Amino acid sequence: MAIIEVVDLVKTYDRKVAVDGVSFTVDEGEIFGILGPNGAGKTTTVECVEGLRSPDGGTIRVDGLDPRRDRAELRTRLGVQLQQSELPDRIRVGEALDLYASFYRDPADWRELLARLGLADRAKTEYRKLSGGQKQRVSIALALIGKPKIAVLDELTTGLDPQARRDTWSLVEQVRDAGVTVVLVTHFMEEAERLCDRIAVIDAGRLVAVDSPAGLVSRVDGEQRVRFRPTAPLDVKLLEELPEVSNVEQHGPQLVVTGTGNLLHAVTSVLARNQIVAADLRIEQAGLDDAFIRLTGRALTE
Amino acid sequence: MLKIVNTEWKLFLREPSMVVFAVLFPAILLLVLGAIPALRTPDPNFDNQRFIDAFMSSLVVTALAFLGLNKLPATVATYREKGVLRRFSTTPVHPARLLVAQVLVNLIAGVISIVLLMVVGRAVFDIDLPHHPLWFLVTFLLGMLSLSAIGLLVAAWAPNARSAGGWATVVFMLVMFFGGVYLPRFLLPDFLNVIGAYLPPGVEALQQSWLGAAPDPVHLGVLALVTVAAGTVAAKSFRWE
Ligand SMILES: Nc1ncnc2c1ncn2[C@@H]1O[C@H](COP(=O)(O)OP(=O)(O)OP(=O)(O)O)[C@@H](O)[C@H]1O
Ligand SMILES: [Mg+2]
Repeated sequence: MAIIEVVDLVKTYDRKVAVDGVSFTVDEGEIFGILGPNGAGKTTTVECVEGLRSPDGGTIRVDGLDPRRDRAELRTRLGVQLQQSELPDRIRVGEALDLYASFYRDPADWRELLARLGLADRAKTEYRKLSGGQKQRVSIALALIGKPKIAVLDELTTGLDPQARRDTWSLVEQVRDAGVTVVLVTHFMEEAERLCDRIAVIDAGRLVAVDSPAGLVSRVDGEQRVRFRPTAPLDVKLLEELPEVSNVEQHGPQLVVTGTGNLLHAVTSVLARNQIVAADLRIEQAGLDDAFIRLTGRALTE
Repeated sequence: MLKIVNTEWKLFLREPSMVVFAVLFPAILLLVLGAIPALRTPDPNFDNQRFIDAFMSSLVVTALAFLGLNKLPATVATYREKGVLRRFSTTPVHPARLLVAQVLVNLIAGVISIVLLMVVGRAVFDIDLPHHPLWFLVTFLLGMLSLSAIGLLVAAWAPNARSAGGWATVVFMLVMFFGGVYLPRFLLPDFLNVIGAYLPPGVEALQQSWLGAAPDPVHLGVLALVTVAAGTVAAKSFRWE
């Protein structure tokens, strides 16, 4: 059953169209990802869902409520982690959680929440003395303090180290297992692939696809990637002209060629004809990254 | 609401410079000035009052100006810039409560500052307590609220925390000047004193309820008007992000 319905959402800032006719639904109990490059309109979209911005067009229902008209009621059911939001420098972590807990009728136990986020020993620490990752986790704790039915997490793990990121992922899974619907805005392919039941891919304000991670990958099934370091300069046009090749990218000294069919053979033939050797050659099957490139025409910068 | 005030109060106490300037400074300045013999000798040119008696109302102005025109706009603009207000608006509690809490914290700090000033003045220099305590309280409240409303107006209009600080400083200096802090009011030309009497936080009314007759209701009326006008405009034009 759909708990969030977004239909033809449009949002314009001073004539710049940030979101241009986006529609999707989020089912109760799922982890729904919103994936897209910088400036795609992800934050704008979820802020309209949260009722923080008023859309210029389209309709939104969240748990049966209109986010603008029924703001007050929505706030009690929705937990929000904003992409950019700090706390006063000198507030202690425990004080902040205690304060925000007092805003809700039936809040979570903040000490337990801190312990689950690995912040139990930081309750007396001032906010300004926390590391970036710790601040991020406090922000997640504040989103969950009101025992929300829906949690919207914007750039959940940006700025976390890989270990903290994995810990946060299992936390999100626990939250979902407790029955909370999670909307997750992210830049990270790996995060979307690992956590999300379904993903909306947004690019330049438009919705490009909504599907499960496997469903998105299956759209580029049969695609492969060949990576190598040419021992002499190579005109990439020679590769791009090949019928097997769909995309060529240069990463420093490395070339990454994406394509289908007998890609490896086609590429090595061109190299041989030009007396170039492919050093450090590797071949990979297509994944969500490739699906993303196919859908948006560019890579997600991480 | 109590919890927000309580938290903001704790945050205020953790800023040593705020506490020193807003709470201790007027009493310290009184001690320093009072240490100069000429300033604590009755002056026949001046109704046989001592300088320090006449200067009490100006010391009150420093406390109020610091709280309303320095601390308040700086804190509010910083909260907006850092997204503290925005985070509040994702909860069931409206961020306006945070602004109200700020004003209440300032009121408490102002009361402590002025009580301290009175106690020091009375104990060390035998300065009278306000002759009209009720009028003094009313004037103090109106003075504090009118400056807070102006401080919030600055925070509402300034694009960021830095310019809020800059604009607020200009208003702060004007209020301090007309309040007779830089130059004692008896040295200022009459027409400046007349203007100063109507400007927040009402130095003339403070002075009169302290040492003279009851304050002029017109002065108090102007303070109330400024509070309502600046407060309304600030509330209408406030940006939460
Ligand atoms: N308050 C604003 N005023 C004007 N333009 C804005 C505002 N917020 C966002 N934009 C513009 O709208 C577009 C979409 O921004 P948005 O923040 O929604 O993107 P995003 O997908 O969340 O990007 P990121 O991954 O960088 O967080 C961008 O081009 C941005 O510059
Ligand atoms: Mg964003």
